[in-house]
Amino acid sequence: MSRTIFEHSSPGRKGCTLPPREVDLPLDGIIPAEYRREAIPRLPELSELDVMRHYIKLSHKNHFIEKGLYPLGSCTMKYNPKVHEALVRYSCFNNVHPYQPEKTLQGSLEILYELQKDLSEISGMAQVTLQPVAGAQGEFTGIKVIAAYHKAKGNTHKTKIIVPDSAHGTNPATCSLVGFEVVELKSNAQGRCDLDHLRSIVDDNTAGFMLTNPNTLGLFETQIEEIAEIIHSVDGLIYMDGANLNALLGIVQPGKIGFDVMHFNLHKTFTTPHGGGGPGCGPVGVVEKLVPYLPVPLVNKNDDGYFFDYGHEATSIGKVHTFYGNFAIMLRAYIYIKMLGAEGLRKVSENAILNANYIMARVKDHYHIQHQEYCMHEFVADSSWQKKVNGVNTLDIAKRLLDKGFHAPTIYFPLIVPEAMMVEPTETEPLESLDAFADAMIEIAQECSQNPELLHEAPLTTPVRRVDDVRAVKMLDPIFKIEK
Amino acid sequence: MPYISNTGTERQAMLKKIGVSSFEELIAAIPPKMRMSSPLKLDEPLSELEITRKIKSQTCGDLCTSTANAFLGAGVYDHFIPAAVDTIVSRPEFFTAYTPYQAEVSQGTLQFIYEYQTMICELTGMEIANASMYDGASAIAEAILMAVRKNRLTKAILPATLHPEYVKVIRIYTEGLGIELLTAPMKDGLTDLEALKAMMDETVGSVVLQNPNFFGNIEAGEAIGQIAHSNPKTLFIVAADPISLAILKAPAAYGADIAVGEGQALGNSMYMGGPLFGYFSTKIDLARQMPGRIVGGTLDIEGKRAYALTLQAREQHIRREKATSNICSNQSLCTLAATVYMALMGREGLVEVATQSAQKAHYLASEIRKLTGFELAYPNAPFFREFVVNTPVPAAQIVEKLLPRAIYPGVDMARFAKEFTESQTGTFAVPGEKQLMIAVTEKKCKADLDALVSALREVTHV
Repeated sequence: MSRTIFEHSSPGRKGCTLPPREVDLPLDGIIPAEYRREAIPRLPELSELDVMRHYIKLSHKNHFIEKGLYPLGSCTMKYNPKVHEALVRYSCFNNVHPYQPEKTLQGSLEILYELQKDLSEISGMAQVTLQPVAGAQGEFTGIKVIAAYHKAKGNTHKTKIIVPDSAHGTNPATCSLVGFEVVELKSNAQGRCDLDHLRSIVDDNTAGFMLTNPNTLGLFETQIEEIAEIIHSVDGLIYMDGANLNALLGIVQPGKIGFDVMHFNLHKTFTTPHGGGGPGCGPVGVVEKLVPYLPVPLVNKNDDGYFFDYGHEATSIGKVHTFYGNFAIMLRAYIYIKMLGAEGLRKVSENAILNANYIMARVKDHYHIQHQEYCMHEFVADSSWQKKVNGVNTLDIAKRLLDKGFHAPTIYFPLIVPEAMMVEPTETEPLESLDAFADAMIEIAQECSQNPELLHEAPLTTPVRRVDDVRAVKMLDPIFKIEK
Repeated sequence: MPYISNTGTERQAMLKKIGVSSFEELIAAIPPKMRMSSPLKLDEPLSELEITRKIKSQTCGDLCTSTANAFLGAGVYDHFIPAAVDTIVSRPEFFTAYTPYQAEVSQGTLQFIYEYQTMICELTGMEIANASMYDGASAIAEAILMAVRKNRLTKAILPATLHPEYVKVIRIYTEGLGIELLTAPMKDGLTDLEALKAMMDETVGSVVLQNPNFFGNIEAGEAIGQIAHSNPKTLFIVAADPISLAILKAPAAYGADIAVGEGQALGNSMYMGGPLFGYFSTKIDLARQMPGRIVGGTLDIEGKRAYALTLQAREQHIRREKATSNICSNQSLCTLAATVYMALMGREGLVEVATQSAQKAHYLASEIRKLTGFELAYPNAPFFREFVVNTPVPAAQIVEKLLPRAIYPGVDMARFAKEFTESQTGTFAVPGEKQLMIAVTEKKCKADLDALVSALREVTHV
């Protein structure tokens, strides 16, 4: 039984005491009673040890990277180096206020300037804004930039953006948020964009095209050149969703092969911690002609030092964040890039690709894999064989993997593969854990035929058994009912 | 150091198992002309020792707020954070996990979010909260979009007393969607009630209020709520400082339909303004229009209490272009810090934080106004922990002169002069070059406050 923090509360307990009041002005004299609340918020009352025990206990119920393989496809759950955590906690970072004078921020600004430069080089783009705080906000920023480009050119008829059917859900959602109409592009039998279909839907109203590369099937989109030609011929722009950039470091520069805009997920490729769902960071790189539209400020330098550059404010799309974005996340990515260098980054992608292909090679006789070719950093298998023969589906297999000490792959995505399981081991996983995962997948395939009931019941060994998420919707319970 | 475990020998064995003789065969699908012909142009790699040395030397000239006597606020606040907060947030169990897609091995994350949602609702008086937005600014923007989804009315009124940086973010989120943003003017540092009343009609979809407002002043929430609801369809969106809510009225108590705000002050370090996190809470009957992830209590198949992501049919991974928002990852770890912070401070502790901050701010204001040439910019407006003073000389000069003494006296309001003239219409005094906005938290001791007063006296004394 897992009690909430509120149920551990005991009246009068304290987890923190402030110094005595040095300036004890009566509240009535400074804030009129009409603005003040009568009953104080019913936060729990606990000692520091109570609080520590509670949250440490909760922490034990999570799967996490140091515990075992976390093969969520397109999420890039690689190891998060500890030096990042130590360095960002320096006082000159965590105690810095955004409105300090620039001359007191030179170290931090230099780091941001360098990171802009390094990400530009890695992507082959002309300039990078670090401001977007998540991949989805990077997409939003990038699509806004595309809208601003067309607006500046008087292209008012450009109302639609083409998005493949294999895309992350954030892509179409972002287009809607910016006010574009979404046109879905079909994938072909090779798991790539269907060019005939593309030609049939592109017209003068096409503002842009969003493409994930490698795509969500883990395959490199080989026809970029033709796609770029088609889209650019109607003055459309091509956006790269950089969620899968971990496959391309030092191998391909997206800005050099036809992409005009892209976002990075620093929490994926550049190993900043995922934090249970954030904070992330989603910088956006653009080609030269789109630099004027990037958010303000960029970080620049002159003879006086580094500064926040608002120089292009008149053409800029504006701001997507109150201040400068998720600085503490940028810092970690900066440290990572500086420690790896060109050769290290290339090794990251090579090993990410090698590890994914290794698992695929080991499990391919046991699970159906639609696209029989070498993958990039991830691959998509499915449980269509097991479903047909044993009545076991992907959800069952995912839950059984939890029993065996692994996190499940990304499941039921991409939508174009029924019963999909998208596996991304990342480069940091050692051979023995790749083998252990492949062994578990194979064992599960055997269990499917020998004891399918076991699969329906899984998981058996986790902190809770299979969770009823239908009930969570039908009997909506979003907050604990505090009694007193 | 690329943090790769496998050795060359192991990699060879793996290639062999795959059935290729070299790595190049694995990427044969990438057309050769698309591949880089030379290595990336990056600095030579550094060891852990070298990067530590580099970071130290890069930042050695910077003056942070822990060594300076700082009074900077304007959206990010330096409240005390107990050490235990970072101990929990640093647990790899929390910070290396991802969005709790597999509930059975994510109960730790799911439960703390459920507790966080409860605490936020306790502060705001609301009935449901999400697992966070990116910052206060985008939380307000998402609230405006939610109001449009609910009532299909595309006119939103923003107060002139709203943070000018929030206005920029709100504008970028709402433009292109046919949403019209109007500005309710301000009078004496507060929203002009009469003017707001005159702007209300049946086409207004939402009225936004920041409380305490950008200038630190406490707005007449009750009266503004009534004006907003003069159109029964209008949703009243309140962006409240969460620390202030320990002692100030909950937004729901004065009619808010959606309560949002910047959450950083709850246990999160300033980090030059990021990460921040936006909290987002509302009434239960609006739940299906909410953006973002929500955790709900439920049971497992054995009837044991458990938690899961819920109402996911609103979200982008299911609804794609018809989703309520494009948000995917959020600011979960920041909300963990906020949850642990609120648990440690507890009922009395958070009240004490708010009370001491207010007391010290008012003491400082009363001392500064005694100085020759200084006066409160809005002497009749009640304020919480931040206030604006008119200065006898340009604030920039004061900031400059106090720098060698390691004092950050506040935010020079000239920084926002352009935003206020450009983006916010209405007849009110534009913040001038002779204005300083001063924030005080419980971390300041009386000696710090007195030191600022003396320094202000000395540097403005002719």
